[in-house]
Amino acid sequence: MIERFFLGGLAMLGMTSAVALAAETPASLMARYAQEAGIPVSALSADRGAALYRTDHPGRDAQPVSCASCHTDSPKQPGNTRVGKRIEPLAPVANRGRFTDAAKVEKWFRRNCQDVLQRECSAQEKGDFIFWLSQVK
Amino acid sequence: MNYFLRGISVLTTVSMVSVLAFSLPSGQAHGDGGDYVLPQLKNKNWQQECSSCHIAYAPAFLPRASWRRLMGGLDQHFGENASLDPATQADILKFLEANAADSGTSQMGRRVMQSMGAKDAPLRLTETRWFTHKHDEVQPATWSRKSVGSAANCAACHQKAEQGRFDDDSVRIPK
Repeated sequence: MIERFFLGGLAMLGMTSAVALAAETPASLMARYAQEAGIPVSALSADRGAALYRTDHPGRDAQPVSCASCHTDSPKQPGNTRVGKRIEPLAPVANRGRFTDAAKVEKWFRRNCQDVLQRECSAQEKGDFIFWLSQVK
Repeated sequence: MNYFLRGISVLTTVSMVSVLAFSLPSGQAHGDGGDYVLPQLKNKNWQQECSSCHIAYAPAFLPRASWRRLMGGLDQHFGENASLDPATQADILKFLEANAADSGTSQMGRRVMQSMGAKDAPLRLTETRWFTHKHDEVQPATWSRKSVGSAANCAACHQKAEQGRFDDDSVRIPK
């Protein structure tokens, strides 16, 4: 009887951790990127994240380009792709699905850092970026 | 017979004839809805990934050789990085090739191929002769309207583009 409770408890624990692995949160991604950068989470900076979002870089046809070019000045607003399709807001306060899927987050950092900065983003930059967006009210 | 009953019988005959007339020619030889309606296709990766930035363009708009070129250069996709992990990329290419314009699976694809050279492999479906012919009445100023953006934004005018319907009745050009 006790044994059965014990096994049932173990199975439930296993299921809970599987769910936890599948669904990330902005906080868990920040922790992951801070660890990858070899710094404590407290060393991430929302100000640096905001600057990364807003700073213009020379893009195609010498036109300045930044994250805000497509995502608009406010990450709480929907943006537009070059073809004209709506982009859902980036800030979790306006879009709860943001920063809950590690593979998706990595895919878009890989693509968009190349497009805007012409290079990959560092783990610290990714952490800063999520930190700033997650505290936008 | 009074006029009321006669009216009903005339109406019934007319509607039956028109139902027959309109239902016979469409899709009898092909599995799709003819020239303007694409077959309903299902591929999770194609639907999810290709519709992130634009509508998921139907495979029937370009030949296999085009899709191979396009999917081989996703890191420079019309000036943007649209790279995918190798497994997803391979799955989408397989799906595109199986349903491409020259795969013989749709009437739309046959139309696209009729005006395509044997060795042509355009990257932009808006540059196929089929597309330019179909849109020859659209003025350049219309394409560049803010509400349209570009010729690649099918859904700006084709209200049912995402469901694969491109018939004239579902076209509404925004101001």
